[in-house]
Amino acid sequence: MSSLELKDLYDGFRDPDVIKGYQKLIAAEAKKLDRNVNIMEVCGGHTHTIMKYGLTQLLPENINFIHGPGCPVCIMPKERVDHAYVLAMQPDVILLTLGDMIKVPGSHGSLQDARAKGADVRYVYSPMDALKIAEENSDKKIVFFAIGFETTTPMTAALLDVVIKRGINNIFFHINHVTVPEVMKELIDSRDEHVNSYDHRIDAFIGPSHVSVISGSKIYELFSIEYHIPVVVAGFEPVDVMEAIYMMMKQFNEGRSDLEIQYKRLVTPEGNLKAQALIEHYFEKVSLFKWRGMGNVPNSGLKLRDEFAAYDAEVLFENILPYDEIDDHKLCICGDILRGFAKPQECSVFGTACKPSSPLGSCMVSSEGACAAYYKYGNLI
Amino acid sequence: MTKNIVLAQGNGGQENAELISKIFYKHFKNEILEKSEDAAIIDGGRLAFTTDSFTVSPIFFDGGDIGKLSICGTCNDLAMMGAKPAYMTCAVIVEEGFSIDDLEKIVRSMKKELEVNQALIVCGDTKVVPRGSVDKIFINTTGVGIVQKSGISSNCVSEADTIIISNQIGRHGATIFANREGMEFSSALQSDCTSLWPLVEKLLSEGIRITAMRDATRGGVAAVLNEWAKQSAVCIEVQEESLPVSDEVRGICEILGFEAYNLANEGTFVLAVKSEDAAKAVAILQEFEEARYASIIADVTHQYDGRVVLLSAWGSKRFMDLPTGELLPRIC
Ligand code: SF4
Ligand code: SF4
Repeated sequence: MSSLELKDLYDGFRDPDVIKGYQKLIAAEAKKLDRNVNIMEVCGGHTHTIMKYGLTQLLPENINFIHGPGCPVCIMPKERVDHAYVLAMQPDVILLTLGDMIKVPGSHGSLQDARAKGADVRYVYSPMDALKIAEENSDKKIVFFAIGFETTTPMTAALLDVVIKRGINNIFFHINHVTVPEVMKELIDSRDEHVNSYDHRIDAFIGPSHVSVISGSKIYELFSIEYHIPVVVAGFEPVDVMEAIYMMMKQFNEGRSDLEIQYKRLVTPEGNLKAQALIEHYFEKVSLFKWRGMGNVPNSGLKLRDEFAAYDAEVLFENILPYDEIDDHKLCICGDILRGFAKPQECSVFGTACKPSSPLGSCMVSSEGACAAYYKYGNLI
Repeated sequence: MTKNIVLAQGNGGQENAELISKIFYKHFKNEILEKSEDAAIIDGGRLAFTTDSFTVSPIFFDGGDIGKLSICGTCNDLAMMGAKPAYMTCAVIVEEGFSIDDLEKIVRSMKKELEVNQALIVCGDTKVVPRGSVDKIFINTTGVGIVQKSGISSNCVSEADTIIISNQIGRHGATIFANREGMEFSSALQSDCTSLWPLVEKLLSEGIRITAMRDATRGGVAAVLNEWAKQSAVCIEVQEESLPVSDEVRGICEILGFEAYNLANEGTFVLAVKSEDAAKAVAILQEFEEARYASIIADVTHQYDGRVVLLSAWGSKRFMDLPTGELLPRIC
């Protein structure tokens, strides 16, 4: 990759003049509104952008961000982390996963702790890295602990595709892929149970662009049509987020609830059909997937189709995997944060008993979790 | 703290600091150690004394190798205390099976770097261990330097100082990541690995009043500034766009989700100098190829004592965080 192409990744999307320009436009639109609006970022990547670039400081008071379920790392329940831990501790297993997953505490500890005790745990940049590791360790079972939203699912499917086509017999999959629209639906539907639902209503969603690069923007149609909630699919640069907010403000003022794409650079309504076909071929929905802090969410997770059970680590290791339900830490209010009912500072152990170096809950674990973002960047205004 | 050592405890960030204070400082406690400077000042202020172990992987990387690093690293710690490197030790632990050619290559590059510092290796030790006991080769160097200017200390940064960075940041960390993961980037991405004594000597001889200096190794610029803010009970306000970052490093940060100011440097240092001397110091530094991008990056205030604040070009502000945990690439 040449440095010129690298520069294209961010150039222009952090331009101070453009950001200030949007600040003015948003302020003008906000004046016309006679109420407060709550905008939810579904993905922690947006939470991170908002905190890191101090965007809340640029917005009028009647715009309020609420942080959503965030991140496949944040929402990984202890039960699943324990699976990873138990698998990693098997002497003949090399456990592979992505980035931050290594830090998430389960009931025995995190994968990082397992590694300190001698387990072979590695993080990979791309699931394809598993191929080389499997080849170099033909006497070992390579277990890929797959996590992620729609964004990373095709990569897992592509790896399985290669594994099958090449007849590789020592790579197995522990699937923890989750899907975004189902949890958004859950967030709105579950609101009625809460007394305070008016104050905490979601007026608009910022949809993560990387999810829609794969799945298309169409996956959010339901929200604009049935729930009358505007959705703007946006990129992760500060300019992207500011523009998305401006687009939402216009929708509010014009009384619309449309599904719009801010991130036209890569997102289309249909998405990547090839990737979708690959996912469809290998995966099917599970009826319930437990999200940390939020409980079981219908149809929100994926599993390997039965025909591929031979590659399924949950089948292969069925006898050693623990299946008991585990409660989250009593003081941790991650559930309320992930649902957008509470802000990190409202948690009694925020920044004291719970810090990024010793996280009690998932929101503090992932560097893109809401608690971690608040802890890291502070809230200076 | 955890029951077993985790990698994060060696990151130069929070966990590392906690491990050192709760285990080593607790038992080794003494006045000199507790100053927690880059090098200990001993012998009534005449000598600076420091040690460091080098375990970098890969051992050969763009812009240097473990040998060059082992001399630069230790000599730079001395230089940061205003001391001219003089005598060094070299202890090597090699894994069975290591190539003699590579070993000689490493030693040759140590020799070259010693010449830059005009320092001598005066004693050493070699151990060979069974395959698998170490990752190829570990090198420890200890150095003694002669203090040329006393009183340089990270405990004395005040509002009278201006903060300068000597060069583009994050290059060593980004290079190691790219080399380790076999990422192909344009050759312009190179470690900044270099010896700093010649630069420091020049600053001192030109009469620049230096309050504090520190090479921004593990933990990067963020770690240095946070330490200074805490140790000196001041607030350091960094103008974000003044931080010099190369396009290559910025690109790697974009892809992996890192901050350039958290990445390691091996030849870039932070200085606190009296504000009236700042412009002159920058001009002197810029005369050196290895400090071509020297610039003023921050002011010292009392807005949030003990914290480092980043000011964005569009008028928002936030804290510059101390890195925690192992640097892990983001997921998507
Ligand atoms: S890793 Fe980051 S970008 Fe990816 S889903 Fe989680 S929060 Fe979003
Ligand atoms: S601060 Fe920690 S314990 Fe509290 S909600 Fe956040 S992650 Fe959970």
